[in-house]
Amino acid sequence: MKTQIDELLERPHEGSLVYSAKDFKPNVDVRWCAGCGAISVLSPSQRLMPELGVPKEKIVYVSGIGCSGRFPYYMDTYGFHSIHGRALAIASGLKIARPDLSVWVVTGDGDNMSIGGNHFIHTCRRNVDLNIMMFNNEVYSLTKGQYSPTSHRGQITKSSPLGVLDDPFNPVALALGAGATFVARGHDKDRAQLQSLLKRASEHRGVSFIEIYTNCRIFNDGAFDLYTNADTRDNHTVFLEHGKPLIFGKEKNRGIILDGYTPRAVNLEDGDYSVNDLLIHNEKDSTLAFILANMTYSEDLPRPMGVLQAIHREPYEARVTAQIEHEIETKGEGDLEKLLMGESSWVV
Amino acid sequence: MSKIIEHLEEATIRFAGDSGDGMQLVGTQFSDTSGFAGNEVNTFPDYPSEIRAPEGTLYGVSAFQVHFGKEHIHTTGDFIDVLVAMNASSLKVNKANLKTGGIILANTEGFDARNLQLAGYASNPLEDGSLADYTVYAINMSREIKSQLSDIDVPAKTLAKTKNIFALGITYWLFNRPLEPTVEWINRKFKGKDDVVLANVHVLRAGWNFAEKHDLFQKQYVIDKSPLPRGRYRSLTGNQGVALGLVVAARKARLPLFLGSYPITPATEILQAISGYKKYGVRHLQAEDEIAGICSAIGAAFGGSLAATTTSGPGLSLKTEAMGLAVMTELPLVIIDVQRAGPSTGLPTKPEQSDLLMAMFGRHGEAPMPVLAAASPSDCFAMTLEAARLALKYMTPVLLLSDGYIGQASEPWRIPEPDTLPEIEAHFATNLADFAPYRRDPETLRRLWALPGFQGMEHRIGGLEKEDGSGNVSHEPANHERMVHIRAEKVERIAHDIPEAQVEGPLSGDLLMISWGSTYGAAKTAFEKLRASGHPLSHLHLRHLNPFPKNLGDILQRFERVVVPELNTGHLKWLLQARYLKPVVSISKVQGKPFKSVELEEKLKALLLNNPVAV
Repeated sequence: MKTQIDELLERPHEGSLVYSAKDFKPNVDVRWCAGCGAISVLSPSQRLMPELGVPKEKIVYVSGIGCSGRFPYYMDTYGFHSIHGRALAIASGLKIARPDLSVWVVTGDGDNMSIGGNHFIHTCRRNVDLNIMMFNNEVYSLTKGQYSPTSHRGQITKSSPLGVLDDPFNPVALALGAGATFVARGHDKDRAQLQSLLKRASEHRGVSFIEIYTNCRIFNDGAFDLYTNADTRDNHTVFLEHGKPLIFGKEKNRGIILDGYTPRAVNLEDGDYSVNDLLIHNEKDSTLAFILANMTYSEDLPRPMGVLQAIHREPYEARVTAQIEHEIETKGEGDLEKLLMGESSWVV
Repeated sequence: MSKIIEHLEEATIRFAGDSGDGMQLVGTQFSDTSGFAGNEVNTFPDYPSEIRAPEGTLYGVSAFQVHFGKEHIHTTGDFIDVLVAMNASSLKVNKANLKTGGIILANTEGFDARNLQLAGYASNPLEDGSLADYTVYAINMSREIKSQLSDIDVPAKTLAKTKNIFALGITYWLFNRPLEPTVEWINRKFKGKDDVVLANVHVLRAGWNFAEKHDLFQKQYVIDKSPLPRGRYRSLTGNQGVALGLVVAARKARLPLFLGSYPITPATEILQAISGYKKYGVRHLQAEDEIAGICSAIGAAFGGSLAATTTSGPGLSLKTEAMGLAVMTELPLVIIDVQRAGPSTGLPTKPEQSDLLMAMFGRHGEAPMPVLAAASPSDCFAMTLEAARLALKYMTPVLLLSDGYIGQASEPWRIPEPDTLPEIEAHFATNLADFAPYRRDPETLRRLWALPGFQGMEHRIGGLEKEDGSGNVSHEPANHERMVHIRAEKVERIAHDIPEAQVEGPLSGDLLMISWGSTYGAAKTAFEKLRASGHPLSHLHLRHLNPFPKNLGDILQRFERVVVPELNTGHLKWLLQARYLKPVVSISKVQGKPFKSVELEEKLKALLLNNPVAV
């Protein structure tokens, strides 16, 4: 049954599909604080769009509340700045109703891990084809500096003047546990790397979750310096590449081996271990993804960055479409008269 | 010996037993068969919150009531003429509503020592003379089934589950109902299970034959056909009506339908029905919670679907913030609240009308929203179409109130020809030259629906205040004030687009009764009875509660006194007084039960005789 929507969308795209980043910059001022990590996600996003080969009108950014919530205003696409924690629920409805759209969700550690936590785990479980960028700055910034579900124990914030008592979520482990098919981590200090991760996410069919470390200069400055600054990150992070050994360190002189189920950092120069002993990354291995995710808060291990997992499962909205198509194929398109008639009726 | 035949205008039968006794099933069959036989019918299932409460207990009694007759059947019946009691507890909890002289059809197996003890009977009421005021048919149903079906080869286990069908057969004899519709239903329902079909069909006939032959049964009742308009009829519950209404509305608007919902009593049947409508192209999400239910619908509405969410009170509470978002983004959305008794978890399976003020005002900020209420099960269908019409025409969320009573109750519904139902308009932005997300139609004040996927209209909407016209985020004080008034005015103007309120009875005078929602049936019956006995009473039923019909204020001024019966402590009364500065008398009931027409009749009569009303 053809609807008005089908007819409206029949109009062919006019003009070229070749875009530049400029085409995605609306004529508005960016109102984030100078030096905000979110700004560093904006330009890779705008630069990525021309690479997607998707007509601009088919792209939608949905956000919740928090500093991240403003993102859609800065992308000249369709956008929906919704309410606190609910971006994923809104985006899920949109994507299920309109599988033709490329739907991006911009959220934060408070929006997504706290008030929106339920929607997050269920969106992961369902595997709706959404690209979720979660700006993690380990603090509530728009409300001016309270601790968040990713703040670490002991952290001093306005609502924890004596130190945070909670333990933090590990967002990538939570995503994996909830069944997300694509899970990655990037940061605001390496835009090229971030852009490549966003591209991977966009190409993945199914839910894509990218945790992005974004520095908050005002309320939690330097939280990620160790893992993101050029002079320290090589020694404190390991960038995961599918099929390649886990090597890290400024001199590429260290690596990760698996001792039983336990990852350990080893030195490649003292003769005990060689590259051949190292753990080889496999994005398709869910067990390995959990092991890697659990390296996150270990003091003795580098923090994993890059794609932890990329596995295929049929996206939810495709299953919805398939079920409808199957029903129509086997039973014929629904006839309104028969529907109203119900199982039994009589004539007066 | 020949039996006596008595003609009746109407009757009420109640099937009562344990949750596992199949009372809902035989009640539904009796109801459908009565509709098939050409009567007006009104039914109500009354079941405990427990799924399978312990057998024999008072709180485990499940019942199904059918009120049927030739004319004026607007309620499920105030009092019971025939009580089918499968055990002692079901007699105990229902006897108070049984008419003196009424019939009790009891299964004696349910009156053994243990059942009597669970029901709190010191002695067996079937034997101790305490039921002398009633006609009692006490039958050991299993024994009769066995003796009647001695020559049929069906496993005893299968036969043991047919006691309800035996009782149904007896009631069909009592009211001279045809067996065919139920025989057909048995064949359909148990297709492929030959044993079960055989057993049930034979047991149904056995019940009929037992009554026909047994000396115990002296009297048969006949109710003439109703003067119903010609057409094809079916039985419809309010929840079925909503589900069908949503599918039809989407077709009539030529839009895809999306339902985002979370299971909740007593609204769940809508979600269940819609989930089976895949071949109609319906998309639905059984969401992780009530909030995701409405939010997914808002997302789908942004994408151009006729979107809906269904719930009951606790769910409506959870959806309030998202409703505000739908008001702010001016997206069409149908919200259906099948009200139940609250606050909090309240009485989950029992009806109440206590969400009205929340429907009106239960959102932060100035967030006006059209509010409608269905009057009866079949009106749920009509009002769902109306909710969709207003949502799409005015680009606004619309809240439709139903309740656990009309949601679960059923009545015969004349099936409309789909082609005769009016088309529903939707207004999309297609003109690039003058596109602005919040540019409005000067008459209705709606903004246009700008569809993602439509080239050249890329724009951002959201919960932040919008600049009039452009839709850009604006914190400008005067703009906010203007937008608050525009949103309110948009809803107010709907008053010009809905039917005027109709007064039944004198158009002016002493006393006007205003009913809304499911109180319609009891109010209408009480009104008809009082009018028939010459009382100067007028009646008006409201389906549109926000905005009110535009002539309502004038009507109110034409009457000395206004009375509102409602299943709350006076919500509509409060609204009418605030709006029209007219004192309103309240007839309030908050027992988790609908009004009986007779209780309204008594209270109205007292008012008419100028006696103070006990409310």
